[in-house]
Amino acid sequence: MTQSMAVDYDTIIPNNVGLSGDRRVLKALERWHPGYIKWWGNMGPVGFQESSVYLRTAISVDPKGWAKFDYVKMPEYRWGILLAPQVEGRTIPCGEHFGEPAWQEVPGEYRSLLRRLIVIQGDTEPASVEQQRFLGETAPSLYDMRNLFQVNVEEGRHLWAMVYLLQKYFGSDGREEANEMLRRQSGSEETPRMLGAFNEETPDWLSFFMFTYFTDRDGKMQLEALAQSGFDPLSRTCRFMLTEEAHHMFVGETGVARTIQRTCEAMNDAGVTDPYDIEKVRELGVIDLPTIQKKLNLHYTLSLDLFGSEVSTNAASAFNSGIKGRYQEVKIDDDHQLNNDTYSAAQFLNNKIETVDVPALTAINMRLRDDYSNDAAGGVKRWNLLIKKSNIEFELKLPHSGFHRKIGVFNNAPITPDGLVISKEQWEERKNDWLPSLADGDFIQSLMKPVWEAGKYANWIAPPRVGIDNKPGDFEYVQLHMA
Amino acid sequence: MAEPQKQHLIDPEFCIRCYTCEETCPIEAITHNDDNVVVDASICNLCMDCISPCPTGSIDSWRVVAEPYSLEDQLGWMELPEQQQFADEDGGSDIGVEALDEDIAALLAQAHKGSGQVAAPSSASKPSINLRNLANPVEGKIQGNFRLTSPDADSDVRHIIINLGNTTFPVLEGQSVGIICPGTDENGKPHLPRLYSISSPRDGERPNVNNISLTIKREKLGVCSNYVCDLAKGDVVKLTGPFGASFLMPDDPQAKLLMICTGTGSAPFRAFTMRRQRVLPEQNGALKLFFGARTPDSLPYFGPLNKIPDDFLDTHFAFSRVEGQPKNYVQDELRLAAASIAEALKDPQTYIYICGMKAMEEGVDSALYDIAGKASLDWNTLKDEMRKSGRYHVETY
Repeated sequence: MTQSMAVDYDTIIPNNVGLSGDRRVLKALERWHPGYIKWWGNMGPVGFQESSVYLRTAISVDPKGWAKFDYVKMPEYRWGILLAPQVEGRTIPCGEHFGEPAWQEVPGEYRSLLRRLIVIQGDTEPASVEQQRFLGETAPSLYDMRNLFQVNVEEGRHLWAMVYLLQKYFGSDGREEANEMLRRQSGSEETPRMLGAFNEETPDWLSFFMFTYFTDRDGKMQLEALAQSGFDPLSRTCRFMLTEEAHHMFVGETGVARTIQRTCEAMNDAGVTDPYDIEKVRELGVIDLPTIQKKLNLHYTLSLDLFGSEVSTNAASAFNSGIKGRYQEVKIDDDHQLNNDTYSAAQFLNNKIETVDVPALTAINMRLRDDYSNDAAGGVKRWNLLIKKSNIEFELKLPHSGFHRKIGVFNNAPITPDGLVISKEQWEERKNDWLPSLADGDFIQSLMKPVWEAGKYANWIAPPRVGIDNKPGDFEYVQLHMA
Repeated sequence: MAEPQKQHLIDPEFCIRCYTCEETCPIEAITHNDDNVVVDASICNLCMDCISPCPTGSIDSWRVVAEPYSLEDQLGWMELPEQQQFADEDGGSDIGVEALDEDIAALLAQAHKGSGQVAAPSSASKPSINLRNLANPVEGKIQGNFRLTSPDADSDVRHIIINLGNTTFPVLEGQSVGIICPGTDENGKPHLPRLYSISSPRDGERPNVNNISLTIKREKLGVCSNYVCDLAKGDVVKLTGPFGASFLMPDDPQAKLLMICTGTGSAPFRAFTMRRQRVLPEQNGALKLFFGARTPDSLPYFGPLNKIPDDFLDTHFAFSRVEGQPKNYVQDELRLAAASIAEALKDPQTYIYICGMKAMEEGVDSALYDIAGKASLDWNTLKDEMRKSGRYHVETY
C-alpha cells in the first residue's frame, strides 16, 4: 500500500492527506469537529444514535481497502478525509489552460469562483441528512434502515471532504464558510440550505428512494464534473466521493425497483390486471404504478432544476477557466475548449418549445443535464423490464424536460409530461394527474409502518435479491438499542 | 472440448450502470454500451480490484464455461445465462462445484465421502473457487515456517505462513489450496498440486494482512510435504485454488460449532475459531472442539489452544499414546461429554464438522449414534436432516 492510499487513524480525523504533519489545518478541523458532532446529534438520524449499524468504512482508498464492514454506532463513525491517489503528470483537462499541469494550489484569479462551487456542493451534503432524519422510524426493514444510515454517514463524510478543502485552501474565508455549513438548516425560514430541492422534507420511503435515484444522481453528475477540475485536490476529493455515491444510486434504483416488484406481485397474486384500477391496487397495501409515475415526475423535475439555467455564462466561465469540466471530459473527443462549437439548447418562445444552436461554451449546464437524463433513463428502462416480466401493461416514463420546471427557459411553462403546451388553467386543473396529490401522499404515508424484525419486510416492498456484503437474508443489519 | 474455465461476468439484472468497476479496473478489461457493463475475458486477469467498490454485488458473478462469452454476447444480455452443465466421468453430478480441476475435484469428493455431497451452511459467505490453476498459479512468499510439535515428538507438523503480496486471493475458512511441488515425478511429468486446508481466517493471520497459513505434516515419503516443510523464509511457492464450497462455516452469530478432529485435521478449526474470535469475541458457549493426537507434544497448536478460555472454546483433548494411560480417542471424549453433546444435537443451530484421519469416522459416528439414542434421537435421521440443511460436514483423508 503506498503512502497516499493508507489512511491515518492516529489523529481524531482519519485521513490520507498527512494531516498530522499539517498542524494548521489539523487544528482548524479539530476546532470544527465538535460542532459537527453536535450537528449530527441535533440534525442527524432521530432515534438511532445508540444502535449498532452494519456500516462500511474505508480503511484505504485503493480498491481493496475502501469497504470494510462492521457494526458501528453512528456518532462513532470514523468520518475522515479521503482523497483518491494523485495521478502523476495530470493536466488541466479543459478550457483556456487545457494541457497545463493541474493546479495543486488555488489559482488566485479563480479563488472566489472555486470557493463558491465547493460551498454549493458542500451545502447539499448535510442538507440531505437533515431531510431524511425521521425516516429511520418508518423503515420497511432493518436492511433498508442500514442503507439509509450508510447514505447518511457518507453524506456526512462528503461534508467533511468539502470542509477540508475550504479549511486547507481558503484561509479565514474558508473557515467561515465551513461554520456556515453547520448553521444553515434544511427547510429553515431564516437560514435555509442553498438549493431549493434540499429544503423539502423527505416524507416517506418512496420519496427517499426517488430522491436517491434522481436527486443524488444530480449530485453524482456535479461530482463527475468537479472530478474533471483543473484544481487537483478538488478532483481527487470528488473522485473518491463518486465511489461512495454509487451506493446511493444503488439504494435509489433498487428501492424503487423493489417497490414496483412488490406492487406487480401483489397485483398478480390478487388477479388485478388493470394497473389504473388504483383503488383495487391500493387495497392490496401496495403503491399503485400510476402513483409511482407521479413521484417519478416530481423528483425528476425537481432534480432537473438543480442543473441551473440551460444557457449560463457562469457555467461557461467555470469550464473555460478549467475549474469544472464536462461529464467524462477526458473521454470526449474534441478540443476541450469549445471555441467554435455549438450545442443545441432548448428554448420556450411564444408558447413553443424549440431547440436552437448556441455556443457550446454557454450550454455546459444543458449538456450536463442531457447526460444526466440519459443516465437516469437507464434505470427507468430496467424498472419497466420488471413490470413487463410481470405481464402488466404499464410503462414508466421520464417526463418532458419542460414539465413542472421552476428554473431556466421552462420556468412555470404550462407543459405536460408528454411535452404538449397547454394553457395555464388547463395545467393547473390537471396537475394532480401528473404530480402526487395530498391524498396520494396520505396513502403512501399510511403504508409507512416500521418493520424491524431481521429478515422481514413491509408489505409494500420486496426483499432485496442479495444482501449487503453478501450477508444472508435474515442478517441483523441494525442492532436496535431501545432505551 | 477446451478445459472448462471460470469467467468473470456482471449480472445485468441488478447492475446499476454506475461504471465504478470500469473506473477501477487497472487494465481496462471492463467496458460498456448503452445497455450493459461487461468484462472482456481475454483481458481480465482476475485481480479482483473491481469487486469491493461495486455497490450492488452484481460484479461478483461467475460462470464456468468451455468457451468464454464474447463481449457481443454480454452486451446483449438481459440476464445472466444459466450455468452450463459439465458432466463428470460418471455422467452424474456437476463438476465445478468444489473445484474445476478434475483431479482436485476428485480429491475433495473423496475427502467428503463421509458426509456425501452436502450443501454449505446457508449463511456461509460465498466462496471464490478456482481463481488460479496450474497455468496461472499465485506466487506466495514464505513468511514463516514453524514446527508445531516438540522437537522430540515422532511427528513433524509445521505451521507455514505464506504472504501473498499484492495478489488478491480471497479464501474462506474451511477452503483448501493446491501446492505445486517443483520438478517432475518418476515418469518425467510435472507433479500435480497437493491439497492442503487453510488454517488462517479469511482476513489473514493478523487482520488485514494478505497472507494465509497452512498446517502440514511431514510424511516420510511425501514429495510435496517434504518440499513444503523444508521451505525457508523468503522462498517462493506456487498455489492454485482456492478450492472447496461446502466445508464452510456459517456466518451467523447464533450458530454453534461442534468440531471434531485429529492431527492436521485441526487446520480448518483453527481458522473457524480465529474467525469467531475476530467477529464475535464475546460469544461464549458456541464452540466445542474434540481433538485427538497420539501425545500432547505431537498435537498441533497444543499451547495456543490451551490459552483460549473454556467459555469461548470448550476444548477436549484425547491422547492415544500417553505412557501409563489407557488409549483415549476422540470418540471416547465425545462419550464422556454425552450430556452436552446430546444438548448440541437437539439444537437446530448446531453445525458438526469432522476433519482428520479417515479412520476416525467410524468411531465418531458410533459415539454420536449412541449419544443420540440415549437422548431419544435417531442419529441416522438426524444426520440426514443435518446434511440436507448444510449442518453436517466431513473432510477426511
